[in-house]
Amino acid sequence: MPETLTKFIFGRLTLESLPLHEPIVVVTFIVVALGGLAVLGAVTYFKLWGYLWREWFTSVDHKKIGIMYMALGLVMLLRGFSDAIMMRLQQAIAFNGSEGYLNAHHYDQIFTAHGVIMIFFVAMPFVTGLMNFVVPLQIGARDVSFPFLNNFSFWMTVGGAILVMASLFVGEFARTGWLAYPPLSGINYSPDVGVDYYIWALQVAGVGTTLSGINLICTIIKMRAPGMTMMRMPVFTWTSLCTNVLIVASFPVLTAVLTLLALDRYVGTNFFTNDFGGNPMMYVNLIWIWGHPEVYILILPLFGVFSEVTSTFSGKRLFGYTSMVYATIVITILSYLVWLHHFFTMGSGASVNSFFGITTMIISIPTGAKIFNWLFTMYRGRIRFELPMMWTVAFMLTFVVGGMTGVLLAVPPADFVLHNSLFLIAHFHNVIIGGVLFGLFAGIAYWWPKAFGFRLDPFWGKVSFWCWVLGFWLAFMPLYILGLMGVTRRMRVFDDPSLQIWFVIAAFGAVLIACGIAAFLVQIFVSIRKREALADHTGDPWDGRTLEWSTSSPPPAYNFAFTPVIRDNDAWFDMKKAGYRRPLSGFKPIHMPRNTGTGVVLAVFSVALGFGLIWYMWWLAALSFVCLIATAIGHTFNYHRDFDIPAAEVAQTEEARTTLLAAQG
Amino acid sequence: MRRSGALLLFPLAVLLSGCDLVVLAPAGDVAVQQRDLLVVSTLLMLLIILPVMALTVLFAWRYRQSSTTAIYTPDWDHSTKLELVIWAAPLLVIICLGALTWLGSHLLDPYRRIDRIEPGQPVTQNHKPLRVDVVALDWKWLFIYPDYGIASVNELAAPVNQPIDFRITSSTVMNSFYIPALAGQIYAMPAMETKLHAVINRPGTYSGFSANYSGAGFSGMRFAFHGLSDQAFGEWVTQTKGAQATLSRETYLDLERPSENEPVRHYASVDPDLYGAILNLCVERGKMCMNEMMSIDAKGGLGLAGVRNTLPLQYDKLARRGAVFGNDPSYVASICTAEEAAAASRAARDAGAKYWPVRDLSPLRGAGLLSPGEGSRRADAETPSLGLLRFEL
Repeated sequence: MPETLTKFIFGRLTLESLPLHEPIVVVTFIVVALGGLAVLGAVTYFKLWGYLWREWFTSVDHKKIGIMYMALGLVMLLRGFSDAIMMRLQQAIAFNGSEGYLNAHHYDQIFTAHGVIMIFFVAMPFVTGLMNFVVPLQIGARDVSFPFLNNFSFWMTVGGAILVMASLFVGEFARTGWLAYPPLSGINYSPDVGVDYYIWALQVAGVGTTLSGINLICTIIKMRAPGMTMMRMPVFTWTSLCTNVLIVASFPVLTAVLTLLALDRYVGTNFFTNDFGGNPMMYVNLIWIWGHPEVYILILPLFGVFSEVTSTFSGKRLFGYTSMVYATIVITILSYLVWLHHFFTMGSGASVNSFFGITTMIISIPTGAKIFNWLFTMYRGRIRFELPMMWTVAFMLTFVVGGMTGVLLAVPPADFVLHNSLFLIAHFHNVIIGGVLFGLFAGIAYWWPKAFGFRLDPFWGKVSFWCWVLGFWLAFMPLYILGLMGVTRRMRVFDDPSLQIWFVIAAFGAVLIACGIAAFLVQIFVSIRKREALADHTGDPWDGRTLEWSTSSPPPAYNFAFTPVIRDNDAWFDMKKAGYRRPLSGFKPIHMPRNTGTGVVLAVFSVALGFGLIWYMWWLAALSFVCLIATAIGHTFNYHRDFDIPAAEVAQTEEARTTLLAAQG
Repeated sequence: MRRSGALLLFPLAVLLSGCDLVVLAPAGDVAVQQRDLLVVSTLLMLLIILPVMALTVLFAWRYRQSSTTAIYTPDWDHSTKLELVIWAAPLLVIICLGALTWLGSHLLDPYRRIDRIEPGQPVTQNHKPLRVDVVALDWKWLFIYPDYGIASVNELAAPVNQPIDFRITSSTVMNSFYIPALAGQIYAMPAMETKLHAVINRPGTYSGFSANYSGAGFSGMRFAFHGLSDQAFGEWVTQTKGAQATLSRETYLDLERPSENEPVRHYASVDPDLYGAILNLCVERGKMCMNEMMSIDAKGGLGLAGVRNTLPLQYDKLARRGAVFGNDPSYVASICTAEEAAAASRAARDAGAKYWPVRDLSPLRGAGLLSPGEGSRRADAETPSLGLLRFEL
């Protein structure tokens, strides 16, 4: 084949692009490939393709999409954590002249991928999944406002994840750190495909995130059950609303800044270059104008989870509902006024630094108020220490430390000595693991019975809990100390042997966390095996207070046979107290959206478009772009978008539940 | 219980005693003040954090389900007094912390000249600051001493108890210049200049490094910072002056090529215009300096002629590849020689003036349209002449 033709077809993709010279990557590839083949084989063997396609992949049911988001988050957690433990191992052994086992080319990709994956493809899917599953149930809706859009958003997120995963085996990932500051991420200093993978993976996933944000805002604003005023919404719904407002307001900034970077890299513009009038500081500002709200996007929904859990398991109304809501709103607004605290050290003046330092500190006031509110919800309660509550107490004890170090970093002169140090790393892992991840585990343990109709096994849950909590403290307290010893982040080798012991301790912590993840997987497996013994037929295993506990577990496709009427912000608790009786007759047909495969198809074309752009395969990019637009337009001619669940079928479903409830007594 | 706690703490104490918490025990007055602020802030916050942690544990224990004595009030969900305390207590702490932050940020602004050598010892006329120009290269540090006309790579020396004025820039990508024992860090960024003022109070050798990831050789971007007595510093200068190598524009271009884990190097003399040329991205001869370009632009620019005033790039640090659909890599050609540009820029600096006049801040009118009041200059702009390059002081 003539060279020009090869070049036309494959762009800059050659055999050398495959990292065959990196034994670690090759072994990883073999393991992943074997694992993947085993899964595909099993799905084929048990003839599950049809089932998965009809019931899950093309589903527009918010509950199934929520569960698929959680599955995506879990798979990517394994990848992101593998990167983490590789870093810990490298830093624990690269002393006394040893280069460790990772060269710079590989190590620099690992820490970049770790950050990108953990934020965009672990935390975001987990949070979005939880909101997707819970919000419509909490507000008494039958689905989200735009069910197809929901499915499409999910598959775009998967598309971004696929591009990141592809970079492991075809080419390389960015070697720039997770925010890819120019000029390092510009074409001059990163000419290879890594940064392009970064850009297009985030752009594809970003479409999904933004659309899902719009969808959930509409759902919460427009689809609440009658009687549920804004100030009667459950706190989780409130925090979800604020999070999605943040998403819709901030993700377009990310999209724009990455587009500008892509223009610099593809058509030679000079937005962020050193010369020709470019200004890298503009990128740093823009990316943090997205980046700071992003951390509140992650944590706010979990604040909601902790509120629900604390109130339910203390058997009490939430203390200070109103101040909780206003605290959330204040955090939402303030999160836009603090971005510069990420670069106090880039030479802004003292007044600018003080302004952003003080706005940052002010955020800790509503956050502190929230902590106190949970505390006084526990006060004079009757606390049941089930798993979700254990996670919540661990969160309260861990998160305050992270909050304190965060405020410390907001004092500019203190930041000058701690910026980019391992102290900073310890701080944000302290709030992200101690806040976001603990909250997710609380949420998963809390809502799992709602999603599947059986509880999670408490024994393995506790094993996972203790491994995670102790592992976290063991892994990150040494980093605080190392930060005070002046050790900076992203180092590959060290020359001061007195540091080694701390890295070794941190590595053991990481191993303990690995045990925590393993125990979580075992917990899921064991719970599925023991689902009969763990079954909950009441739909309300925790004596819940909000509307999702009023329907069956798992809820029927239509969620509620009759739309409930709300009189109190603990709607279900109020209904129970008032002696609510399920209606047993008078069912009507229920109007529901129909499944569609368009979301999957659009995401496939988006991945192809991204891949074409990354590798300069222009024919592929053009072709998939045309197909993408054509499919989107074609879908507007799909008039089979809805159907009615016949009244008889609803009656039958409800009848089955009546029988189950009667058997419970 | 208490004994087991002590047993647990013992190994921690042993570990901590073995390590050098340099951020908490620095050797320079600026870093000392930053440390103090860090400690005070922490203590202030502990006023809230510790009670919260204690209450969490207490309530979790006291109100557990199995407790038979605890009071249970399932419907109690509001108390205005308590809400006031909840919001006011953090607010008070933040007011104190905010005041500290405002003061600290201004007093410890890295751009501000230091006003004391140590507590109780103000800076006087006799303290002539040592000027050091810092350049972050891929992946090593270049230190130029304009007062002595010498330079070193990956080694910095300064006399104790004498103010040091750093001017900091970078040749390619962002780094952060950080000597924990001396003072907080500040970024080193290409085509931009940051400043740091500090003083070292105790003689010794301290480690300095880049605190911002900058590529493959980042881990090896470390240097030794020597705090020396006046006499020892004099010897160090003499020794450096005796080195073989000298640093001109040409040798600099060799030095700036990417390399990792560079050994210490000394240069007996330095081209006095080198730092300015690095900062303005015009070390290569024939390339227009950024300040030169900004001066021209501030006066209306070269018009269309400016667009054509580029030459294909022959050399760049990393075998440069342009954007796939972009123009071929190019650079803006200088109108005068490197020496003329440097001399003009030096003259402007010595006269204490800004490099270019205040910019016309009237709103942009779109490409090709004149800014208000620019009609007369426009004629000049279309026929570029060296006259434009005069620096109006």
